[in-house]
Amino acid sequence: MKTATERDGTGAIVAALVVATLSAIAVTVVYAFGGQPQLEGALLGLALGGVALALILFARRLLPHGHFVQVRDEHPEAAAERAGVASAFQAGAEPIERRSLLAKMFGVSVAALGLAALFPIRSLGTRPGRTLAHTEWKRGTRVVTPDGETVRLEDVEVDTVLTVFPEDHPDAADSQTLLIRVPPNVDMPGPAGWTVGGVVAFSKICTHAGCPVGLYQASTQELFCPCHQSTFSVPEGAKPTFGPATRRLPQLPIGVDAEGFVVALGDFEEPVGPGYWGRPSD
Amino acid sequence: MINRISRWVDDRLGAASFTRHALNKVFPDHWSFMLGEVALYSFVVLLLTGVFLTFFFDPSLAKTTYEGSYEAMKGVEMSEAFRSTLELSFDVRAGLVMRQAHHWAAIVFIAALVIHLLRVFFTGAFRRPRELNWIVGVTLFILAFFNGFTGYSLPDDLLSGTGLRIAYSIALSVPLVGTWLAFLIFGGEFPAHEIIPRLFVTHVMIVPGLILGLLGVHLAIIWRQKHTDFPGPGRTESNVVGSKLWPTYAVNSLGLFFAVFAVLIAMGGLLQINPVWLYGPFHPDQVPSPAQPDWWLGWTEGALRIIPPWEIRAFGYEIPNPFFAGVLLPGITFGLLYLWPFLEARVTKDRATHHLLDRARDRPVRTALGVTTLTFYVVLQVAASNDLIAHELGVSVAAVTRVFQVLVIVLPPVFGYLTYRLMKGLQVSRAERFATVPAEAVLHPKRYAAASDGHGDGETGEEREERESEQAPAG
Repeated sequence: MKTATERDGTGAIVAALVVATLSAIAVTVVYAFGGQPQLEGALLGLALGGVALALILFARRLLPHGHFVQVRDEHPEAAAERAGVASAFQAGAEPIERRSLLAKMFGVSVAALGLAALFPIRSLGTRPGRTLAHTEWKRGTRVVTPDGETVRLEDVEVDTVLTVFPEDHPDAADSQTLLIRVPPNVDMPGPAGWTVGGVVAFSKICTHAGCPVGLYQASTQELFCPCHQSTFSVPEGAKPTFGPATRRLPQLPIGVDAEGFVVALGDFEEPVGPGYWGRPSD
Repeated sequence: MINRISRWVDDRLGAASFTRHALNKVFPDHWSFMLGEVALYSFVVLLLTGVFLTFFFDPSLAKTTYEGSYEAMKGVEMSEAFRSTLELSFDVRAGLVMRQAHHWAAIVFIAALVIHLLRVFFTGAFRRPRELNWIVGVTLFILAFFNGFTGYSLPDDLLSGTGLRIAYSIALSVPLVGTWLAFLIFGGEFPAHEIIPRLFVTHVMIVPGLILGLLGVHLAIIWRQKHTDFPGPGRTESNVVGSKLWPTYAVNSLGLFFAVFAVLIAMGGLLQINPVWLYGPFHPDQVPSPAQPDWWLGWTEGALRIIPPWEIRAFGYEIPNPFFAGVLLPGITFGLLYLWPFLEARVTKDRATHHLLDRARDRPVRTALGVTTLTFYVVLQVAASNDLIAHELGVSVAAVTRVFQVLVIVLPPVFGYLTYRLMKGLQVSRAERFATVPAEAVLHPKRYAAASDGHGDGETGEEREERESEQAPAG
């Protein structure tokens, strides 16, 4: 004979299972008619949730709960067992220890094998060498926009920055450079002869963690990295004025070629981007 | 039927004795013991949804032009990785639900791990004999982080590509071997073309395999050592009180699995997560703004943001700034986690075996240190949104950053001290409560209850009899 609580429990469980079944059928219908993400998620959630509710209610209301007692086994094992482990090991190790030279030679050959196994790791990447110390900019390389357009001085408008790449390496991530028009009332930053017609060029790679220094605040002529908020002052030669960056953005010497296109006058004189152990000092 | 199966299996494997013990195994009932189960079941959902995703995702950086059904990206040049992610989201039926449920499952997985770890920490469950399982658990925690990052980086979208760029710079910052490390991981100078296929193999095979193996070890150790329990009537250091594996615990736990599955799938359908189509494909010269990583990386991101511009330069060599927040901080964090059971045992000189858990108030120093540490990470976590906070408050990012630089030093000890005082206060109030209970109630509870029958807690004799018969040990 069922008590009242048991009957109540079953009613809710039946309801949950009915909802689950109907939702599961509804999912297949939605799917068959082309699918709809929100409906799929909601209905699948209902189907799984109905099963979950039924199981949990079943466990809560209809299954024996709590107050079973079990004795914990004694760890660690009895002392005799442990002594047995030690003596069994020593008995087995005895013939190995007697031929200690062989054991040592075995150790040496395994160590040599381990060393040889390191070589496949070397295949994973190219040799860093001086890769980090230079970019694809060379004397006379024309600058191009990400769309591949060459640039004349008048294309660099006041209050904006223009991202450029070397014409022959438009995919070279380490060569990304910003052309910035400095307002007429501000002194040109950097060495004389590295700028042309009021335009200056800095590496776009943040010297902190390498994000593109993507934001420019024209009113203060500051470059701003959205990743960790390092801020660089253009009039001060892209010196960091705030944030975790420790070094200025390297400056690219630029000029104009015979046809009036902006060109590099050489590579950056220091490594662009974040620091590393062997980075040559400034 | 069950008899015949049991005989068939036992004839061949001799498993009857083990199975009988397993079915009768007792698990303590406490809600906080299901946190680890939530993590486990989130991982199961990750495996199920993840397998579906691998059938469609193409981990290639080969260039292609998008021709799918998402209008805003038509004709845009992108990698196969990004294109196949868009295809999964817009053109594979149920693909978006699976993708988003997978991402939500990762978020919930790590959240459940963190809360489970806090439960284990604050109740002292890591003490002897459970130091080994603590070490396995911390390793699982690190692997979960790592797999979260490798998975999140796969679609080759602008946000995750920026994350990879930062990861490359962090690898580069390692003293002595940094350049080689970065070049070997990425295959060359950033953005090398090997990284996405490598991350894919790592994400779908290597790390999940390690997690599965260690999960097995974690559960086997729990099985062998039996679960801890909170102190209470009838619970001692040498017994376990609770429900049997079969049927109560098994049905309950299966219910929890379906509940976790239900919530994650519903979130996958109803709540947008990681809308990569809004970020666009990765270009090394572009950057999203504002850019926040997934929540579980927030603490390192916050540290990268509020750290002062320090670097070490000596003898012609350099330890650049990202090393401190990106290598040193996680190194110290996980190193301290690994060592904690041993450090605590060294200080407290408590090397005894414990199966009964601590109440946080009874270990005020440990609780205070835990809260101090937690506060430190929470401040860093919030600092990862310094640009959003500055925008909301209408103040400069610099001002917000400076405030966080102060808070990260000041708040942890303050919260730690307050916690210590609070725990001490709780101890006192508990002692006072006990002092007001008549000695008779403690010494002869049944006689005391009978004497105060009818005007005690309003319980009728019949109900009490029922309750007492339930409590009678039956295992």
